[in-house]
Amino acid sequence: MGEEIKVIVFKLGEEEYGVEVEKVQSIERMVPITRVPRTYDFVKGVFNMRGVVIPVIDLRGRFGLSEAEYTDQTRIIIVAVGEMQVGFIVDSANDVIDLNTDNIETPPEVVGGVKAKYLRGVAKIGEERLLIMLNLSEVLNRSEMNQLEGLED
Amino acid sequence: MDMNQYLNMFIDESNDHLQSLNEKMLQLESSPTDLGIVQVIFRSAHTLKGMAATMGFEDLASLTHQMENVLDLVRNNKLAMQEFIFDTFFKGLDALESMVQNITEGGDGKADVSSIVASLQSIVRGDFQKSGTDAVTEAVTPKKAADSESAGLVLDQFQYSVLEQSISEGHRVHYIQVTISSESQLKAARAFMVFNTLENSGEIVKAYPSVQDIEQEKFEQNFSLYYITQKEVGELEKEIAGISEIESVSVVQLDQESLKQMSEVKAGLAESAAVQEAPVAVQQQSAASQPQSPTAASGAKPADGKAQVAKPAAPTHNRTIRVDIERLDVLMNLFSELLIDRVRLEQLASEASNPALTETVEHMSRVSSDLQNVVLKLRMVPVDTVFNRFPRMVRDLAKSLDKKLDLVITGADTEMDRTVIDEIGDPLVHLLRNSVDHGIEPVATRIAAGKPETGTVHLRAFHSGNNVFIEIEDDGSGINREKVLKSAISKGIMTEEQAAAMSDEEAHQVLFAPGFSTAEVISDVSGRGVGLDVVKSKITSLGGNVTIHSVLGKGTNFSVQLPLTLSIIAAMMIQIGSEKYAIPLSSIVETAIVKRTQIRSVHGNKMIAFRESHIPLISLSQLFEVPDFNEDEEEETEVVVIRKGDRLAALSVQDFLGQSEIVLKNLGKYLPNIQGISGATILGDGQVALIIDPNVFIK
Repeated sequence: MGEEIKVIVFKLGEEEYGVEVEKVQSIERMVPITRVPRTYDFVKGVFNMRGVVIPVIDLRGRFGLSEAEYTDQTRIIIVAVGEMQVGFIVDSANDVIDLNTDNIETPPEVVGGVKAKYLRGVAKIGEERLLIMLNLSEVLNRSEMNQLEGLED
Repeated sequence: MDMNQYLNMFIDESNDHLQSLNEKMLQLESSPTDLGIVQVIFRSAHTLKGMAATMGFEDLASLTHQMENVLDLVRNNKLAMQEFIFDTFFKGLDALESMVQNITEGGDGKADVSSIVASLQSIVRGDFQKSGTDAVTEAVTPKKAADSESAGLVLDQFQYSVLEQSISEGHRVHYIQVTISSESQLKAARAFMVFNTLENSGEIVKAYPSVQDIEQEKFEQNFSLYYITQKEVGELEKEIAGISEIESVSVVQLDQESLKQMSEVKAGLAESAAVQEAPVAVQQQSAASQPQSPTAASGAKPADGKAQVAKPAAPTHNRTIRVDIERLDVLMNLFSELLIDRVRLEQLASEASNPALTETVEHMSRVSSDLQNVVLKLRMVPVDTVFNRFPRMVRDLAKSLDKKLDLVITGADTEMDRTVIDEIGDPLVHLLRNSVDHGIEPVATRIAAGKPETGTVHLRAFHSGNNVFIEIEDDGSGINREKVLKSAISKGIMTEEQAAAMSDEEAHQVLFAPGFSTAEVISDVSGRGVGLDVVKSKITSLGGNVTIHSVLGKGTNFSVQLPLTLSIIAAMMIQIGSEKYAIPLSSIVETAIVKRTQIRSVHGNKMIAFRESHIPLISLSQLFEVPDFNEDEEEETEVVVIRKGDRLAALSVQDFLGQSEIVLKNLGKYLPNIQGISGATILGDGQVALIIDPNVFIK
């Protein structure tokens, strides 16, 4: 038997993604972001979350998807992995669901263009919905990014 | 009683005492006859012992007790300090430190200190001298089997005085040696019978091996003891010989004179063996005599001892309180919030132009500046707290490398922010090690080079502007440019062409290159896989800088520049397009406006004239790829002249926004180190502005 987990659901385009609720610190509306020069393209900059400076990355950019205009629905999801705090810009976030880990299947090779290693699995909810569970530590893995982007620390 | 609430206090105070013990021992080492220092050490040790005993850390207490015994002899002029005693004491202090460390980490502070205790006891008995250095070394690493045939036993002061008194009161004191037959299967039982017989008609003062060891058959064939009785020699001999499997017995009656002789002569022979053979045994021996010795110590001079103990408590109870650094951090964070609001209020007030409001805000600004000073001062700690462990470290290093050197510390009272202090220790350790290991030459080399055989390492701290400088300077061999470059080339850090083109200064900086080490032989000290590159990156991460100045054959000077505090700095706010940046005031020489026509091009680089020389002009908007500003369209360019060491450069910006106190924040773990950006700050309107690190613009 798998365990029940709570998952925050957010959207990038038509895809629905999920992250465990305990990794999410807060969900913010779009705020002014200070650009940080000479960093990765998908790093939109930093913003002030109640006195703490937090880097914000555009998740579409991170996954190599085409970037979208920010709207009223756009949210910044603040996640914490280890000592890292990062904000993800997503198209919208408005759902929290319960999920049994048994329902998470290993991801197929290609899902919506996002590399499989970023994914923890795919969960089927009801008849129609597919939820893509993110592997946050891979998403935030910098060493792999440095190779990808040809950037140096 | 719940001891936990006292535990933190105990740990803090123990650390203080250990620190002062270390310091004073070092002082004493340089002037071994200064009994004043001995007194201070004694008091510290005594307090430590008392605290440890109260808290129930027996091992800690008993080790300190042994040290105290030695100190007691020294301060009463019965023993002169010398190298072996110092070494033993330092080992003892190390052991105490690790015990306290263990307690800090939630342990019970237990440790096997038997060899140190054995050494200390041999010092008290005075036999370490007579048996020479061999026994001394053996005491520390007991390996050699002892020749216990001639081994007798040595009396501590208390036992000696007991025996002496017995004689003067008309009792007979005998020195008895018993040899049990080698055939015996039950040596311990036979010995027990001897003890039993003797105890029927007198008192055994001391036995060698100890009673416990004898009971556990930890002896060869013979044992000896001091015995007080009324019986005659012959009578005793007969009684003991009557026990089966006793091969021989010799009883010698002692008078005052022979007792004295015995305890002195036997000392050399016996205890060196005892120490060699079984340090554990010696410890147990001390355990056996423990009920007596404290009485001896306090009984001997009760008035004296107390007067001395009462005093030292006073200076430690100065009018300070200990505050958890985390609470100060919280205070600091709250204060930074206040500072941000203050800036915002100032903006609003100037917009509202209401005199009453402006006045109130101005007053609030003044109060908060004062408050800021207070908060910052609270966090200021003298560098002494870092420096104080160095004399000991350098001493040990010099010893292990067989070099002679003096460490001269100046400016230990220079204060810095606690956060910097906490971080700076390790880099300084590295630099000091480097000086001692690579800098200072071995004695023979120094003499050959016409230098005094004792090398000198200066450790200096001083304030300069908004910075603290810490310098480590040695009069050693200096940096051999060719060797450094050769090594760098062979390690693939640079090519030969690059090396040849380097100035001496640049060549010295190579020492900080990752993966670089000039050590040909990996010694105990260097070659731990951590190079000076780590030092450099640590210091840079603290917003500081480290430079090397070295003259071959004369010595090397490492100069570490550090910010006073990491939390709040004064900065010039500038604007480029829609973006705001902060430049630390400490690196700004001045601001100026230059006409575009004044900008020259030298070798493709832009330069401007500044104070009769030309300095490079760096365009921040181009460097940072600012999207909505192009200075090429401007008639005049605002520039900020920045300085790093004695070099200058100018940064072109769009506008100056004015000076402001800013609270430093880091950019978070996720972002890589971005060249030219040292952090971020939050402005009055809640927006984030990046802080420019001018150091990287000047190569």
